[in-house]
Amino acid sequence: MVKITDSSINIEKLLVQVTKPESGAVNVFIGTTRNHSHGRKVTGLEYEAYLPMALKTLEELQQEAKSRWGLHDVAIVHRVGKVQVGETCVFIAVSSAHRDEAYQASRFLIDKLKLVVPIWKREFFEDGTVEWSQQTHEQTTETRHNS
Amino acid sequence: MKVRVKFFSIAKDLAGVDETVVEIPSGSSAETLLDQLIARNPRFVDWKPSLRLAVNQEYVRNGHLLRENDEVAVIPPVSGG
Repeated sequence: MVKITDSSINIEKLLVQVTKPESGAVNVFIGTTRNHSHGRKVTGLEYEAYLPMALKTLEELQQEAKSRWGLHDVAIVHRVGKVQVGETCVFIAVSSAHRDEAYQASRFLIDKLKLVVPIWKREFFEDGTVEWSQQTHEQTTETRHNS
Repeated sequence: MKVRVKFFSIAKDLAGVDETVVEIPSGSSAETLLDQLIARNPRFVDWKPSLRLAVNQEYVRNGHLLRENDEVAVIPPVSGG
């Protein structure tokens, strides 16, 4: 399942959903909101999504991971709206028969999510300024090499 | 022909609106539309290399030909996760 929500993410419930009787491995990635960005103190964050496309893109990634690694189940949940520092902003869980597939699929999903899913982060700084998080071209290239 | 253009993140700040309808010649490509947006609003110039376009919720290449009533999204570098 894929979901974009403005409420907090219920990790335990998702874990139960993803874990299947035939699974021997469940890999979880939890992205949390940092209290700093490029040396400046962050007091809060806000995510914006192009909702229909973000859901469609997440669904495609889920299908690709399932068929590539023969996963039993996938859950990808991303927050939108205001998120407090330290909260879970993205949750990815995958289940499979063995751990290798789960590790690889989990890494694939978060890397691809950060590259293609139309979601944007805005950071609120201690000094009162608000900025869209700017991923530089170099970072984008680096992520591509890693994926 | 008319297409609906949606702006997100920094592109929305630059455009000053989150959505607009643009009249372009029939058979225009995605890049033609982007150039027209830039011509109208020079604040987009510096961003052109990093902007991607999606048509009807699907990323497209610059040469993609647009159709009447397409929903075109101007997508700055994404920063989810």
